[in-house]
Amino acid sequence: MEQLIQQIVNGISLGSIYALIALGYTMVYGIVKLINFAHGDVFMVGAFIGFYSISYFHLGIFPALIISMAACAVFGMLIERIAYKPLRNATRIAALITAIGVSLFIEYGTIYLRGAQPQAYPNVVPLHDLKIFGVVISGQSIMILAVSIILMVLLQFIVHRTKIGKAMRAVSHDMDAAKLMGINVNNTISATFAIGSALAGAAGVIFGMYYTTIDPLMGIIPGLKAFVAAVLGGIGIIPGAMVGGLLLGVIESFVSAAGFSLWRDGVAFVVLILILLLRPAGLFGKNVKEKV
Amino acid sequence: MLKINDINVYYGNIHALKGVSLDINQGEIVTLIGANGAGKSTLLKTISGLLKPKTGEIIFENVNVAGKLPQLIVKRGISQVPEGRRVFANMTVEENLELGAYLRKDKKEIREDFDKVYQLFPRLEERRKQLSGTLSGGEQQMLAMGRALMARPRLLLLDEPSMGLAPLLVKTIFRIIEEINKTGTTILLVEQNAHMALSIADRAYVIETGKIVADGSAAELSNSDQIRKAYLGGH
Repeated sequence: MEQLIQQIVNGISLGSIYALIALGYTMVYGIVKLINFAHGDVFMVGAFIGFYSISYFHLGIFPALIISMAACAVFGMLIERIAYKPLRNATRIAALITAIGVSLFIEYGTIYLRGAQPQAYPNVVPLHDLKIFGVVISGQSIMILAVSIILMVLLQFIVHRTKIGKAMRAVSHDMDAAKLMGINVNNTISATFAIGSALAGAAGVIFGMYYTTIDPLMGIIPGLKAFVAAVLGGIGIIPGAMVGGLLLGVIESFVSAAGFSLWRDGVAFVVLILILLLRPAGLFGKNVKEKV
Repeated sequence: MLKINDINVYYGNIHALKGVSLDINQGEIVTLIGANGAGKSTLLKTISGLLKPKTGEIIFENVNVAGKLPQLIVKRGISQVPEGRRVFANMTVEENLELGAYLRKDKKEIREDFDKVYQLFPRLEERRKQLSGTLSGGEQQMLAMGRALMARPRLLLLDEPSMGLAPLLVKTIFRIIEEINKTGTTILLVEQNAHMALSIADRAYVIETGKIVADGSAAELSNSDQIRKAYLGGH
C-alpha cells in the first residue's frame, strides 16, 4: 500500500513536468495546427537558463524560474516569427519539417555554444523531505507540484478570464471569424507561443532540480512524451494536456515499480499507439458536429 | 458611405470578382442577390479585409480601406455577420458578445450595448451562460448578429442570414434586420432568398459569375421580368 502511494506520488511529480510541456504543444496545435517539435528544446533552453541564473548569478530558485520563463517566452515568440510565420499558408507537412529543423538547430546550436557534456544542477530547493504514513515526498516533488499547480491555475485564469485568453480561444476555434471581431491574429499567435514556451521553461528548471543533471539533448525524450501526453488528453484541449501528462507520469512510475524500468521510455509510445487505435481524438476529445 | 470602384479579386488563378462597383448610402438597406458561387461572399470578405483585391478601391467614409487588415476595418466601423454564423461554439453566448466588442475600451457603453442586444434578442439573454455550440441554428444566427452589433458598426454586412432557417424564423430575422437599420445602421445584405431580401431592401444589385449584371431600386428589380425569372421563381 505504501509502495503504491509512493509510486503515485512519484508519478504525479514526473507527470506534472510532462503536463507543463504538453500544455505548450497543445496550445500551439490548437491555434496554428502545428506540432511544434522544437518545443522540447525550448524546455532544454529553459533548464539551462535556470542553471546559469542559479550558478553564475547566484539567484534563488524563484527568480531563476521567472527569468527562465521570461526568456523562453521571448525565445518561443522568436521561433514562431522567424520559422513558422512565413509558412502559415504553406502545407502542414512543410511546417512540420521546419519544426524538426528548428529542433535540431537549437539542440546542436547549444552543443556548439557550450559543448555536449552534461551539467549537474545545483540543489537549491528550500524544502525538506516530508514523511507521511511511511510515504516519502521529497522537497523536489513538493516544489514541482506547487509550481505546476500554480502555473496551471494561472493558465486557466489567463485562458478563460482575460481578453488575450479569449482571443486565443477564438482564433483557435475559427481564425477568420476571429479576424472579423477585430482580433489581431498575429499577436494572438505570438502570445500563445510565449505562454506555451514560458511553461516549458518552468518545466525545464524543475526538471533540472528533480533529475539533477541536464544536457543539450535532454529535451528530446520528455518532449516526445509530452507530445504523447497531449495526444492522450486530446490535442488542442488544455485540460486534456494536464490530465494526459499526469496520467502518463503515473503509468511510467508503475511500469518502473513493476520491475520494467528499462521499458519506461517505451511505454509512452505504447500508450500513443493504443490511444490512436482506440480513441484517436484523445480522452477529452470529441468529434464536434456542426449545426446548420 | 461605402463606394466600391472596379475591384478585381482572385483566388489563385480564378478571377472571382471582375470589376465590381457598388455604392451604399448612409441609412440604406442594400441587398446583393445572386446564385451560389456568383461572388457574393467574396465581395463581403473583400470589404472586411479577409481577401485583398488585386486592383480597385473600397472607399468607406472617404478613406480607401481596400487591402487593409480586418482589425482596422472593424475599427473604422464595418462589421460582418459571416455566412454559416461562425459563432465560437466552445464559448458562452456572453463571451461571444464580449469578443464582438474586442476593439472597444469604453466599458460603460459596452454594458449598454449588451442590454441593447439582449433587448433585440431576448433569447440570447436567457441563454447567456450557455455554450453557443448548443444553440439552435436560429439562435446562433441571432448571436452572430448580436456579436457583430457589439462592435457598434455604422455599416453591417450580413451574409445569408436566412440560410438553413425555418420560414417563420427567417421572417423574424428579417424583421430584426429592419429594426437594426432603423436605429441608424446602414446594411448590406447578401441573400439567395431574393424575395425576402427585396422585400426589405431600398436598393439591390444582382451579381452573376463575378460581375454586377443589374442594379436599381428594390421595387424596380422585383418587377423586372428577367430578375423574376432568374431569382424569384418566375411567378
